[in-house]
Amino acid sequence: MRNSVKAALFAAAVSILAAGTARSETLLNVSYDPTREFYRDFNTAFAAKWQAEGHPPVAIRMSHGGSGAQARAVVDGLDADVVTLALAADIDAIARATGRIPADWQGMLPDNSCPYTSTIVFLVRKGNPKNIRDWDDLAREGVAVVTPNPKTSGGARWNFLAAWAYGEKKFGGDEAKVQDFVARIYRNAPVLDTGARGATTTFVQRGIGDVLVGWENEAYLALEQLGPDGFDIVTPSLSIKAEPPVALVPGNAGRKGTEEAARAYLDFLYAPAGQALAAKHYFRPSHPEDAAPEDLKRFARLDLVTVADFGGWAKAQPRFFGDGGVFDQIMKPGE
Amino acid sequence: MRRNVEPVASAAPLDRPAKSGLEARDPARRRWQAPTGERPAVRRLLIAAALAFLGFVLVLPLVLVFVEALKGGVGVYLAALADPDALAAIRLTLLVSAIAVPANLVFGLCAAWAIAKFDFVGKSFLITLIDLPFSVSPVVAGLVFVLIFGSQGALGPWLSDHGIDVVFAVPGIALATIFVTFPFVARELIPLMQEQGTGDEEAAISLGASGLQAFRLVTLPNVRWALLYGVLLCNARAMGEFGAVSVVSGHIRGVTDTMPLHVEILYNEYAFPAAFAVASLLALLALATLLLKSLLEWRHGGGLKPRRGH
Repeated sequence: MRNSVKAALFAAAVSILAAGTARSETLLNVSYDPTREFYRDFNTAFAAKWQAEGHPPVAIRMSHGGSGAQARAVVDGLDADVVTLALAADIDAIARATGRIPADWQGMLPDNSCPYTSTIVFLVRKGNPKNIRDWDDLAREGVAVVTPNPKTSGGARWNFLAAWAYGEKKFGGDEAKVQDFVARIYRNAPVLDTGARGATTTFVQRGIGDVLVGWENEAYLALEQLGPDGFDIVTPSLSIKAEPPVALVPGNAGRKGTEEAARAYLDFLYAPAGQALAAKHYFRPSHPEDAAPEDLKRFARLDLVTVADFGGWAKAQPRFFGDGGVFDQIMKPGE
Repeated sequence: MRRNVEPVASAAPLDRPAKSGLEARDPARRRWQAPTGERPAVRRLLIAAALAFLGFVLVLPLVLVFVEALKGGVGVYLAALADPDALAAIRLTLLVSAIAVPANLVFGLCAAWAIAKFDFVGKSFLITLIDLPFSVSPVVAGLVFVLIFGSQGALGPWLSDHGIDVVFAVPGIALATIFVTFPFVARELIPLMQEQGTGDEEAAISLGASGLQAFRLVTLPNVRWALLYGVLLCNARAMGEFGAVSVVSGHIRGVTDTMPLHVEILYNEYAFPAAFAVASLLALLALATLLLKSLLEWRHGGGLKPRRGH
């Protein structure tokens, strides 16, 4: 018995080592949570195109998780060739901590390095029993709001800023009132998951909460995967243009000799095929003319602020999400 | 304990003619019970509570795993397991166990040998250290390895200069698994070897055996069943470890995802049948381990004792 177990383990070990030595070119894309389905399609398309152009076959590996946690892993040595994270601040953090990404990375690709954008919408239970129409309703008593933790999740930071932008418009810039308004929303949150996908499963699978605040693409995907019978999407009157950027990690790709393929991979995101795939997976393409019209029709028109209205991530990140920042003040017990 | 009470109770009606003598003693004897026993009602209540709890917390979820896994039919189930990423996860899990279990086997034997057969300064400290992985949260264990071997860590820059990947690669996963499964073999062997003492070895050596011969021909056969038992437990935990491995894995699909991590990924991708298919494979491994363990206890119970529970 033990011998056969040993033999099986040995065979497994040998096959793994063999697989390790016969490696073709491999790219590692470290991404955030809601891009899983998009990049699965996109990687297949890119690999086919790359090989058709006469290059050796390329295998693309994916790693998904909360954007902040993923950035942390790259800082700690996760060997990403490209990072496709939820917000620029996380890529800035990698650039600052490791120097493997140049500080001016965001100017290196078109559209602020954002080949696709998204926005923040609400997912509610079918028929909208709590009658949730806009951000005001999230601050109402008796409404349970599901949103991830802005400390670890990029999507959650977009959620927070969108709520803040609405508050600013409503209270005409009276910061104390805005902070109180956002605090009331967060007091309605029974759980703060670490990532956007975790929050979605909390709301959808475990049935917690009355409204999920999240990525538009994540909300549509939940509808697509789990059927339209359970949920409705509610678009608030004002939201934020969520810009998830992409960047090459020259410090890693250069060492591995994968820089050419990695660059081509990112460029392909801006190509018509990449844009169409993004739209198909409910991301708003930066070149809508390349996407299928029926995909574009699904995106509701709404007022969008951008992170630039907050002075960019360099200002917004420490102000709202840094240690002792606005979010920490809001979450302080007894407030 | 039941045997003490029941024969008397059931015998009482038959003895009716000889009332006088028995009646005087009977109530007293009926009320008598072992000092450590409980009344039948209490006993039944305790058993029912334990069973209900086990059923709810252990059996029900386990059954559910298999129900969910087979919901889409056997074809879907097998397809989920034949997926390249699932196969890679299974391979990685087996590989990591194949590294962690032998490492802990050698270490456990050395440590148990040292602790049971010699006296030295710091012995009780060593025993405490061996128990450390039981008390430290696996997440902390994983973070420690990131702090040591990560590229911001103490050894990270040197390692990456030499092209050695530890965290976010197989070595890191193996290290984290070894850390977490560290005590199993040693913990199984130490009490047994301590009780066996050094008499057998002394006899062997006085008859002319070398130290190695004494170990191979006397010590090892004495502990072989406990050793195998420890290895089984160690293996079960190595295959199932989530927390520590999650921290050092980097979650690269098809490369650094072990089976438990892959279950989480599939679940998060709404691929519920596939998630439960892989989970059911893990559950099967656990059940097989349990079966082997029970078999060992049944066949070689004497060779395993004394043993502390886990």
